[in-house]
Amino acid sequence: MALKKIRGLGLNKKYPGRLIVVEGCDGSGKSTQLHLLRVWLQSQGYPVVYTEWNSSAIVKQATRRAKRKELLTPTTFSLIHACDFADRYEKVILPPLHAGCIVLADRYVYTAYARDVARGCDLPWVRNTYRFAVKPTIAFYFHAPLEVSISRILFGRPSLKYYEAGMDTGLSLDPVESFKLFQGKIKEQYDSMARNEQFVVIDATRTIHETWEEVQKVVLEKLADYEPPSKQNLLSQGIVA
Amino acid sequence: MSSVLPVRARFYGCGLPYLDDLEPTGPLIVIEGSDCSGRSTQTQMLKESLEAAGHAVLEMGIRRSDLMAKAISAAKRGNLLGKTTLSLLYATDLADQLENRLVPAMQAGFVVLADRYIYTLMARDLARGADLKWLKRLFGIALEPDLIIFLDAEPEVLFHRTLAKYGELNYWESGMDLPMGSSMFESFLKYQASLRKHFHRLGDEYGFHMIDATPSPKKIHKQISAVVSGYLAELTQQSADR
Repeated sequence: MALKKIRGLGLNKKYPGRLIVVEGCDGSGKSTQLHLLRVWLQSQGYPVVYTEWNSSAIVKQATRRAKRKELLTPTTFSLIHACDFADRYEKVILPPLHAGCIVLADRYVYTAYARDVARGCDLPWVRNTYRFAVKPTIAFYFHAPLEVSISRILFGRPSLKYYEAGMDTGLSLDPVESFKLFQGKIKEQYDSMARNEQFVVIDATRTIHETWEEVQKVVLEKLADYEPPSKQNLLSQGIVA
Repeated sequence: MSSVLPVRARFYGCGLPYLDDLEPTGPLIVIEGSDCSGRSTQTQMLKESLEAAGHAVLEMGIRRSDLMAKAISAAKRGNLLGKTTLSLLYATDLADQLENRLVPAMQAGFVVLADRYIYTLMARDLARGADLKWLKRLFGIALEPDLIIFLDAEPEVLFHRTLAKYGELNYWESGMDLPMGSSMFESFLKYQASLRKHFHRLGDEYGFHMIDATPSPKKIHKQISAVVSGYLAELTQQSADR
């Protein structure tokens, strides 16, 4: 059945593009590195598509309202982020991958695995929810000791948001304390999946430039067999300048 | 009749693992069926008769959560949704009602009446090519109902009723996002036939009470009442024996 094929689950799906994702705790420097990667790939003339966690228009209002009113439970928190991801996946991740582009994702399904499980959801259940998603070409895990990433976030921050600090988990009534404990739980989850998910672990304690050199090296290796789609097609689509 | 009935607290799958002291006591009764099968009428009639018999009733349904109802309506208006996204939007809506309405009401001893439940979501998504295993695990968060009543009707019957009720066919109820035929009429019949096939399969698996949706509302209500009061009487008997 044609539809079955379209909706088939993603793990073993083949695509001509490349998917590069960055994962890690808040303050690990992953977004900075992804930005540098994006600029560099574009400067090399590659067709690049960028997408970030929690940015789809479809549930934006519902999510914002629910977060403000603190309406979310671990399960609805998980599912509403899955809606956001699915919308971006079906619109801006999968089609460009089929078109042969390089898709850069600031956070991918692993963020959901780590955060939702830290909130008390069942890991196999969360994994099942995201089973439609394809496996990335490279999943970078920006690894830093908790004190480092936490101090980066707390430096110059007047306050932490309720869900960001994991206040909903009841770990602590003090936002900063709660944030520390919650980030610790998330890091545990990331660390425990690093090997099985074949994360490329990046030591995130070095300078931005040192880290970038390592990221660039890994990407160059993985792009060795990559063939961008014919430029003519892309020009007409406006994907490259 | 006692208003607090002992009911097994069972989830289809992983459930809500972070709620460990969950002991729902009121029963969950689900009424399923396609649009225009008479489902909502029957839900109302059953609600009234249960209340008349002294049971507190809480209603739930599809697209009725505080969290998602508006978002789903807005998203559907644009018709710009991917199928997995649509499926997860509805799952989120159900989860919100499950945790914020169903579980608290059951714990308080209400009879919960669901005007559609996970089966409608599953059938719709199966008709759109989703993987059954994926759906089953996704809805592992749902509580297993005590009774599932399905109002069964041929697509042709639904077609005539839809026209009589609304004067036109609905985009989604005709599966026009797929679509399944060269005209809306053809797509409606094929889509409803596909839904029905999936409902019947789910019915075998989950144990639906199949009820013919063509007799008069009163006659159908009598049948449903018999099933429901039989079940409730059995529960009361069990709790008395214990």
